[in-house]
Amino acid sequence: MTLDELRPDHRATVVALEIRGVQRRRLMDLGLLPGTEVRVDMTSPLGDPTAYLVRDALIALRRSQARAVHIEVHDDEPGRR
Amino acid sequence: MPGPELPTAPDAGPAHGACTSCAIYNSANLRKLGVETGTYDYVAAVAGNPNTGKSTVFNALTGLRQHVGNWPGKTVARAEGGFHYHGHGYKLVDLPGTYSLLSTSNDEEIARDFLLFGRPDVTIAVVDATRLERNLNLVLQILQITDRVVVALNLMDESERHGITIDVRHLARELGVPVTPMAARKGQGVPELLESVEQVARGTVATRAHRVKHRDPRLERAVDVLAGQLQQTFPGLPSTRWVALRLLEGDPGTEQAVRDGTLGDLGRGIAGPEATSARPTGTAAR
Repeated sequence: MTLDELRPDHRATVVALEIRGVQRRRLMDLGLLPGTEVRVDMTSPLGDPTAYLVRDALIALRRSQARAVHIEVHDDEPGRR
Repeated sequence: MPGPELPTAPDAGPAHGACTSCAIYNSANLRKLGVETGTYDYVAAVAGNPNTGKSTVFNALTGLRQHVGNWPGKTVARAEGGFHYHGHGYKLVDLPGTYSLLSTSNDEEIARDFLLFGRPDVTIAVVDATRLERNLNLVLQILQITDRVVVALNLMDESERHGITIDVRHLARELGVPVTPMAARKGQGVPELLESVEQVARGTVATRAHRVKHRDPRLERAVDVLAGQLQQTFPGLPSTRWVALRLLEGDPGTEQAVRDGTLGDLGRGIAGPEATSARPTGTAAR
């Protein structure tokens, strides 16, 4: 599953970044790397971009970028803040 | 009836004993020089992620009003100012905010080049105490290239409001460099920061920066070989190991800088002539 499919208020852990070069570097510098926990925090009206909570910081990603982030969804109850 | 003896004002005479370690005494020794750097003994760089309060720290030390605000690329070029502390002149360089020394937008490049090749005597790494984990990425990258770092743990007032407590001593021990908690917009922590900056600049405290190790011995060997060759081609170039790693990564910008020789100019140009005392102001290349 990839990050663009993550539903609001579900939490997930990044397992891989399917992206290379500068863009990969950028995501990692923003704190998004394998092992990192993410959550959808806000979605724009059209769902693109979406704001994710990563290490207590809010990061907005385009759908095309989020699609490159492979995740494992936590199966705990949704809505937990 | 003679009253109790009044304590003398900190600047009234030579201080002794406990006075010198007192915060009030220390800040009384700060003379903000504004843009007037004059002759200076040390160069200090202010670096950090965007929105951590770099410019606020810069202003607290220099008395300047370098514009503080929140939008990308606000500090596009570096701003410079000066202060005097304990009889030594400092030139302070406020760098644009950056998340990393590796990714490169235009203004991030300015920060990166100065930290890598400008040879500041001290780098003040300003971090957001409310987002410490995320901020430590840049701190660790800075510690890869220099030991002369003071971490300014800024926005402590905000982190306290969020119920975050930080084990500052432990953090300093792990990082191997001084860490000073601050709330720069309230002026809190400035005396302690000055003290740490002075100690690191003059080398009166031993810092042992935490270095992230690349566990692969083959990589280490490759870096050694390349760094040696870089040293021969560009004599006096600092941070050769960092450059070597970028080359091994296949970073196109670094490859280009090596091929056309501009890498050598970086090593020479940024800080002006080599660090001796009393450098004149005008020499720092823009």
